[in-house]
Amino acid sequence: MRYIISLTLVLAALWLAVSGVYKPLILMLGAGSVALVVWLSLRMEVVGVEHNPVLFSWRLPLYWLWLVWQIVVTNINVARLILSPGRIHPRMLSVPVPHKTAVAKVAYANSVTLTPGTVSLLLTEKELTVHALDIGSARELEAGTMAERIAWLEGSPTEQP
Amino acid sequence: MTLVMILTTMAVFATMGLALVRALKGPTVYDRILAVNVFGTKTVLVVALIAYINGHDDLIDVALVYALINFIAVVAVLKLTKMRDLAKAGKGDITDG
Amino acid sequence: MAESVVDILSWILLLAGGAAGVIGGIGLLRFPDFYTRLHAAGVTETLCALAILLGLALQSGLSLVTVKLIMILLFLLFTAPTATHALARAAMVDGVEPEVEEEEEESESTPGERPSNT
Repeated sequence: MRYIISLTLVLAALWLAVSGVYKPLILMLGAGSVALVVWLSLRMEVVGVEHNPVLFSWRLPLYWLWLVWQIVVTNINVARLILSPGRIHPRMLSVPVPHKTAVAKVAYANSVTLTPGTVSLLLTEKELTVHALDIGSARELEAGTMAERIAWLEGSPTEQP
Repeated sequence: MTLVMILTTMAVFATMGLALVRALKGPTVYDRILAVNVFGTKTVLVVALIAYINGHDDLIDVALVYALINFIAVVAVLKLTKMRDLAKAGKGDITDG
Repeated sequence: MAESVVDILSWILLLAGGAAGVIGGIGLLRFPDFYTRLHAAGVTETLCALAILLGLALQSGLSLVTVKLIMILLFLLFTAPTATHALARAAMVDGVEPEVEEEEEESESTPGERPSNT
């Protein structure tokens, strides 16, 4: 029941943000569409299935800020490599995935792909296979800064921010 | 201000042109899908930029919907080239982790 | 005064985004194999979208349009890695081989020192 209410609230907020027109008829149509989507989600049995407290942690915005900064830095690096393509040394490597929950593992793989210079190819329980564009990106990934950040996001007690 | 936006739009158009060249050259089908994906993302940006240049705020909604459609289209095309069938799932599928 | 600072910041972001797009497009053409092209596409999909959409958001301040721009941005940033991963995975399953350099001699040298051979 909690999930149904939260889903309804999120959908209603989304509808209000996207619509921008607040007349009675339109608002009723909006309420109708929210009800339809909630009903469809119940039928698909997806309500609350992927609930994870990590998603609502105060650490998430901080992690996103760090990720955006990381994206900018790696982008500049890759842009330099593009403008002088003699220097690329593509390679494959495997890095360990120390995280426990599936959400953290997927977040790690997605963050790796999101930073240019590294693309995740295969994610298994314990390992992530990565294609790296040059040695610098590979080294940075092997150093494990990003894995530590994700562990911090996940809330593992052994890591510090 | 408009000049800067027009310059940016031109740059994005140039990117789309380069992606189109890659889509035509191939060589593998995945290069083509990748180029089409880039093309679609740039379309979203161009629509958003044009909304600002013209002052039609409504066009932002078009960009929003295009961003949603583009992703689904890329995954659907990928699945179609892999499986020759959108409904079937099985070995070698893109979701076959 | 404050407004002109925001304006200039937004110009810089827009032009940087356009430049990132063109650089990514050049990379898409110049890189030798499919997997390296994935990285070039990544440049156009992350930095280009990020800079241009943030630059536009600065133009309209706090409004519904900005909310929509942020939604577009979040959506692009969430789906781009998924699409890239699906592509890379499909290519791998299909047997597209990445061009990989030998590991041994590189593991000792630093990135800048080695003569280029690509």
